[in-house]
Amino acid sequence: MQILLVEDDAEVARFVKKGLQEAGHIVEHVGNGRDGLFMAASEPFDLLILDRMLPGGVDGLRIVETLRSQDNKTPVLFLTALGSVDERVKGLKAGGDDYLVKPFAFAELLARIEALARRPAMEVPATKLAVADLEIDLLSRTVTRAGRRLEVQPREFRLLEHLMRHAGQVVTRTMLLEKVWDYHFDPQTNVIDVHVSRLRQKVDKGFDVPLIHTVRNAGYMIRAEA
Amino acid sequence: MAAQPEEAGGWRDIGAYLKSAGFRFAALFAVLFLAAILGFALMLWWGTAGTLSRQIDDAIRADAIGLQEAWRSGGVAAAMEAIGERLAVDIDDHAIYLLMDEAGNRLAGNLDRWPSAAEIPGSWSADMVRRDGVAVPARLHRVPLDRGHRLLVGRDATDRENLRTLLSEALLWSFAVAVAFALAGAAALRRALADRLRAASATAGAIAAGDLSRRVPLSAQRDEFDQLGASMNAMLDRIDQLMMGIKGVSDSIAHDLRTPIARARMRLENALLRAPDEESLRAAMETTVADLDGISRVFQALLRIAEAEAGARRAAFARFDLAAVLTDAAEVYGALAEERGQQLQTSWPEKLEMVGDRDMLLQAIANLLDNAVKFTPEGGTIRLTASAPARGKRDISVSDEGPGLAPMDRARAGERFFRADPSRALPGSGLGLSLVKAVAVLHGGELQLGDAKPGAERPGLEARLTLSSRA
Repeated sequence: MQILLVEDDAEVARFVKKGLQEAGHIVEHVGNGRDGLFMAASEPFDLLILDRMLPGGVDGLRIVETLRSQDNKTPVLFLTALGSVDERVKGLKAGGDDYLVKPFAFAELLARIEALARRPAMEVPATKLAVADLEIDLLSRTVTRAGRRLEVQPREFRLLEHLMRHAGQVVTRTMLLEKVWDYHFDPQTNVIDVHVSRLRQKVDKGFDVPLIHTVRNAGYMIRAEA
Repeated sequence: MAAQPEEAGGWRDIGAYLKSAGFRFAALFAVLFLAAILGFALMLWWGTAGTLSRQIDDAIRADAIGLQEAWRSGGVAAAMEAIGERLAVDIDDHAIYLLMDEAGNRLAGNLDRWPSAAEIPGSWSADMVRRDGVAVPARLHRVPLDRGHRLLVGRDATDRENLRTLLSEALLWSFAVAVAFALAGAAALRRALADRLRAASATAGAIAAGDLSRRVPLSAQRDEFDQLGASMNAMLDRIDQLMMGIKGVSDSIAHDLRTPIARARMRLENALLRAPDEESLRAAMETTVADLDGISRVFQALLRIAEAEAGARRAAFARFDLAAVLTDAAEVYGALAEERGQQLQTSWPEKLEMVGDRDMLLQAIANLLDNAVKFTPEGGTIRLTASAPARGKRDISVSDEGPGLAPMDRARAGERFFRADPSRALPGSGLGLSLVKAVAVLHGGELQLGDAKPGAERPGLEARLTLSSRA
């Protein structure tokens, strides 16, 4: 993926750039808002990572607003220290697609970037999702594995759906909290683990190949191969 | 050099004085006061001197009609006789008559010469006339007569003129006194205004200079100024509260974040100096990363509490269904409770509409459930209930079967980083209830802590949030 990183802190930028390059992406980095806007408007990128507060008179919000007004739909992830609910709402309203607050774990950033990159494909409405012999029907909201019907609760269905939409990608706990439960805070106990383990009981128990995997220090992933 | 700006300052001062609200109120007062005095003087004039004039004119008119009657019925002789009769009965010697023939010879009356002012027949005039060698003011009416004769009827107006002079002098003097009173009153009013406002402006000045403890002194009168002062004080209390909130956060950061930061630092330093191999170095670093995550979680929680305490999010209040939020929380924590062999019992009305911050309330409920799950032993029961005890009121209660909270600890439970002794061994930051308390206050309510089962060996804890739907 071609990624533009607009971040004024050199150390954070170096760390992010290196990590993304290791994950196989091509990263351009600029340190101020004006250059960032210029690059984003003139070159095709698959994804933009923007800081909110930037030198150069153009902040992250302005970049997104300008791009969106020019009908540029490149996915945007805000990477910022402005963490309050209001700020987050502002960022998403301006046209950002995701919002990650510093300090962050690199695994979290990577997972979110890869989830964002997949988004255009989701515009085609799918009615069925499948991973190996596990299949979910989005219309009748049923789950079958190896032809056998599995009973899941509505929230478990949404959890499974989210994992399957991002099959082969890491989905972090915070992403699940935000996307499946609409929780925008960090619960003290890791409630997500409990829900994933319940889902796992239903989806993987009694089958030879487990599909839901725990990715250490990152989150969960659903994939066909072991 | 120095004198000029001072002089300019003096002019500016006068300009500012003229523009001041105090001066404008005072000037308005003075103008109204003088207008009232003027109205009073006019009424007085009309009622005295005016009445006298009208009486004189009425008498002249009656006389004129009587003499015209005599003229018409009996000619010159009858008119002369009538004038003679009238002069005979005029004891006050106020009446003036003069009848002349076409040649200008006096036929009857008590005037020697025809006054120059009364040339036109039917006219009314005021003139000085000579009577017995003395010039006196008189009111004169020339009665129209035919055959070239001239008749003048009048009244001596000396009394009226005297009264007018007296009245004008008295009114002029009283007007001068009124002006003096108006100016003095205006000055007093301006000073009273300035005095009443001085306390408020001194307070505002002191606060601008940094002394946030100052308040506007209120008088016992409870007037408009006191209302303004009271609103200012309420505003200052609010600002003070916000400042305390910020101070609270910085104190907490200074006090309770230093320790974990120091711990992380020591671990890294120790590993750097003494780690025997790469593997233990790596392990130490992993632990440190986890430590740092913990620190940023605490940091986030502190900011969130400050956000709730500042009340800034009240602008984001919206209508939502509390029942849906509770169902959500129960679903998330029900699984957690089940995992631990506990039971989560719930009960609330089907719909519980309210106005508030959904996110904040959800987190508060999550924190309470989190605590309940943490402290309730295996096989225990947790209750989550909610109700609408009155219009615009919402109660949410979470009770557990844990060890409960000693009465002396309850008051401190909402303090940041406070952890009761029995819970120190369990994971947690001591910030959960602080947030719950702040969210309750944000919604115009409070957090009440009590025994879930009073008297039992394990009393459990009941946390009750009383909220106002319209905070």
